[in-house]
Amino acid sequence: MQPVAISVDLPEASRELCKKAGYSYTFLSDPNAEVIRRYDLLHVGAGENGHDIARPAEFLLDASGVIRWVNLTGDLRVRMRPEEAIQQAGKLL
Amino acid sequence: MNERRHNWHLWLGFVVCAAGFVGYLPLARFPFTRDVPWVSFLLFAAGAFSLGIGLKRAFGRPEQFRGKILGPVLSLISLLVIGLFCFFIFYAAKQLPRSTGAPQVGQKAPDFSLLDANQQTVTLAALLTTPLPGSQKPPKGVLLIFYRGYW
Repeated sequence: MQPVAISVDLPEASRELCKKAGYSYTFLSDPNAEVIRRYDLLHVGAGENGHDIARPAEFLLDASGVIRWVNLTGDLRVRMRPEEAIQQAGKLL
Repeated sequence: MNERRHNWHLWLGFVVCAAGFVGYLPLARFPFTRDVPWVSFLLFAAGAFSLGIGLKRAFGRPEQFRGKILGPVLSLISLLVIGLFCFFIFYAAKQLPRSTGAPQVGQKAPDFSLLDANQQTVTLAALLTTPLPGSQKPPKGVLLIFYRGYW
């Protein structure tokens, strides 16, 4: 399973983050929130200076691109745990 | 003439309440103490208990104990701290869009084309078909993680 992170951060910001935190997986930049909007995940005005950002959300896709699991948290504090995604991937893929 | 004792229960209660608030920040790193902030609530309860003892002493036996002014002040600040904590936990953290239009299980994930951290264009279709480094086969699946970012 390939993890792919998506946010409104610019590529440079993601690059910084990857370097600092040692992440090696793919980070995608959606600065105008086009994809975030298409997935209905826009959190209007929740970012710095009233920026529109993505709400936390996870989608597990199988090899054909069909969604097998969705996690839309209702609480900012309660995010997906990595083990949760790995467990779902083991079960569903 | 002023032989009244210091009312340390008041300070203890206040410090324990404050610790319940500040202590949540490190505790939020672990799901066990994050999802239900039970440590903070235990500390708030212990702090309130101690403040209660202090207040009882200050007002019940004022000839023995200090704290008639300090007690209400520290109690009020502690109440505000607990109130603020509850506001964040039970209200502010839950102000998320409902996302009823988000793609659902069984649907095909809408394709997209975005720049990665190295300014390379990446499509979902390519992510699904390109083998991971060190592998011959395409991945079994893709986990899309939308996150708030650092703006």
